[in-house]
Amino acid sequence: MRAVRLSVSVAAAAALTAGVAGCAEKSDGASGDGAIQVTATDSKCDVSDKEFPAGHVKLAVENKGSKVTEVYIYAPGDRIVTERENIGPGTKAEITAEVRAGDYQIACKPGMKGHGIRQDVKASGKGAAKKLDPRLDKAVAEYRKYVQTQADETLPLAQKFADAVKAGDIDAAKAAYAPSRIGWERTEPVAESFGDIDPKVDVREDGLEKGQKWTGWHKLEKALWQDEKITGADKKLADTLMKDLKDWVQKVGRADINPTSMANGAKELLDEVATGKVTGEEERYSHTDLVDFKANVEGAQKSYELLRPVAAKNDPELAKELDTQFKAINKQLAGYEEGDGYVSYDTVGKKERKELSDGVNALAEPLSKLAAAVVK
Amino acid sequence: MADDQLDENTERPATSRRAVLGWGGAGLALGAATAGGAAAAVASGGDSGTAPVADSGAAVAFHGAHQAGIATAVQDRLHFAAFDVTTEDRAELIAVLKKWTRAAERMTAGRSVGEGAVSELAEAPPDDTGEALGLKPSRLTLTIGFGPGLFEKGRFGLEDRRPEALIDLPAFPGDNLDKNRSGGDICVQACADDPQVAVHAIRNLARIAFGKMAVRWSQLGFGKTSSTTPDAQTPRNMMGFKDGTRNIAGTDKKALTKHVWVSGKDGPGWMAGGSYLVARRIRMHIETWDRTSLKEQEDIIGRDKGEGAPFGKSKERDEPNLKAMLPDAHVRLAHPDSNSGAQMLRRGYSFTDGTDGLGRLDAGLFFLAYQRDVRDGFVPVQQSLARKDTLNEYIQHVGSAIFAVPPGVRDTRDWWGRELFS
Repeated sequence: MRAVRLSVSVAAAAALTAGVAGCAEKSDGASGDGAIQVTATDSKCDVSDKEFPAGHVKLAVENKGSKVTEVYIYAPGDRIVTERENIGPGTKAEITAEVRAGDYQIACKPGMKGHGIRQDVKASGKGAAKKLDPRLDKAVAEYRKYVQTQADETLPLAQKFADAVKAGDIDAAKAAYAPSRIGWERTEPVAESFGDIDPKVDVREDGLEKGQKWTGWHKLEKALWQDEKITGADKKLADTLMKDLKDWVQKVGRADINPTSMANGAKELLDEVATGKVTGEEERYSHTDLVDFKANVEGAQKSYELLRPVAAKNDPELAKELDTQFKAINKQLAGYEEGDGYVSYDTVGKKERKELSDGVNALAEPLSKLAAAVVK
Repeated sequence: MADDQLDENTERPATSRRAVLGWGGAGLALGAATAGGAAAAVASGGDSGTAPVADSGAAVAFHGAHQAGIATAVQDRLHFAAFDVTTEDRAELIAVLKKWTRAAERMTAGRSVGEGAVSELAEAPPDDTGEALGLKPSRLTLTIGFGPGLFEKGRFGLEDRRPEALIDLPAFPGDNLDKNRSGGDICVQACADDPQVAVHAIRNLARIAFGKMAVRWSQLGFGKTSSTTPDAQTPRNMMGFKDGTRNIAGTDKKALTKHVWVSGKDGPGWMAGGSYLVARRIRMHIETWDRTSLKEQEDIIGRDKGEGAPFGKSKERDEPNLKAMLPDAHVRLAHPDSNSGAQMLRRGYSFTDGTDGLGRLDAGLFFLAYQRDVRDGFVPVQQSLARKDTLNEYIQHVGSAIFAVPPGVRDTRDWWGRELFS
């Protein structure tokens, strides 16, 4: 949990300047003038125009296959510009978007899953975004996949937690609590970029604004560990949590991710550790802070590893230092493993907490230089 | 800080341009007119320092035979930090010491660290944290010391280089030491006339060291309790008494040689021109002290509170008659004549770290004393004080550390600890 911060608004601004306003309209009639024809089958995704002027773009989609399909426009790094789901066999749909000049992909996804059948297209005109190093595009695409996977895998774990809460089973709910948060904690900066989801699912009591209703994981954490009872209201909150998490899973593919935001996201994950986990504030009732700690480090490490080839070329010394410090922090954390998880943080003494804090500083300081090493 | 536009490769005089233009004249006039503050400052760092610096905003030379910050006229503010070395790699430790030295050169000259506080690269955090931008050098000195832990066997291969004088301090009666406020492998004493300049220096050194060293504890000090400038007014400590009347003067070359600087003959060779530092966090029971009658306060100290004159005398600088004082008076017990001539150069600071949760000020004296050999300096004096001093009813030693302070950095190629590690 964290207050909205600068990098989020920067990401939002970047999304705007990237010229992305997607909307999809249902249409069963013939396509209008100037529309790009997209003919989807179970094995093909034919696009009538591979190059078109930037600006208002209309796709006239026809599903000639036997499976329900969906159609996406992707910007580099697999950012979703717009999408349209549930286009049934034999039906047509119209998708519109405002796109800036640059390279895009149109994807048809028969059966509504997977990478899709893709076509490279180009929006011509002035003001195209600078082309990125293809390794960075790949890093962003890989990271986007990671973020989506983390979100997807969180749902069943969160459902298990929610079910236990709704069944009034305190022990089962306690056991399911920390695992339900791992995917979120690994990718939190992306989730936070949507602004509205984080305050619903991950806010702590002291982070509430006046008039804001307390929902999400930490309210239930307090019920389980502090109040030691599950009320009817708590059971409803478990459903609310699931609803909000599903919203997150839906939105996550649209997040504006670029190499800089990946690198800064990694640093922000360490900031989370430094201000919330090392102090034991994040999980003040359950004391499962070390589970979050590990997840934050894993998420940061994922970003770093994907950016590493470029970073290592631009700043080999930094890459070496980051390799060393990631190894060191993981080694430190390994000392607190217990069963499938970690020891309760209230058993970690002042001296050990200081050592963990020193380890976080040792990693976070060079990590703060990653963004510059990637873009230079 | 004062001036970052100048060519970095040009060796510049330590005093920044703006400091000279803006303050030099006024500072001189002030120095002549009053006997207060830092007016009669002495540049140290050099050969025990003879060049007068009459400007609390000026720069003190970093390079010299001795480190600055010892004989240097005591500045108004302190930020002292003790570090644990967390790396096990000797080469990494040396790399940090070299980086520190370069950063210290820049900061003491009133310049910012590395590529400055507002670098060209918007994506990277700036090298310098920025809070000292536009501030004068403020006579910043940075003084490094090496603690006993650094010499432990199996750490950095320095076990044979530990000076005999770098003892583990014995336990003194009445000590109530908090280990989290004691010890440390390395210390840096930052003194400046502007608190923000001192804090900036420690903050930036700590940042450079992340991953190799971690701050173990640190202490802010706000009012010097001893001066090394006898012509200036003697400062008062938190008990309201003048402190350090008979301190070693920064200009008293003879006394410095005899009591402060380690000589080549003392050994080990790498310490020649260095000194030993004892740091003690001394908590004062302010509230009970304040309820003590004036007469009792003066009896306990052995001087009068207003003038600071020793018992039976009328002026502060009159030679004390120890026999006129009570046998357990502080000044009598601490006097060189009661301790086989032992003398230290004190440059401690008052501290107030808020309140202690019981509504009492967490205040006292952060005692810093430099000496040629602690076995002839702090140890015998404190043994005597700890046993007999009536003042002990009002004070308690809660933090303690000892450091071997190496000689000065000679030039822009030299670095802190070179003599120790080569």
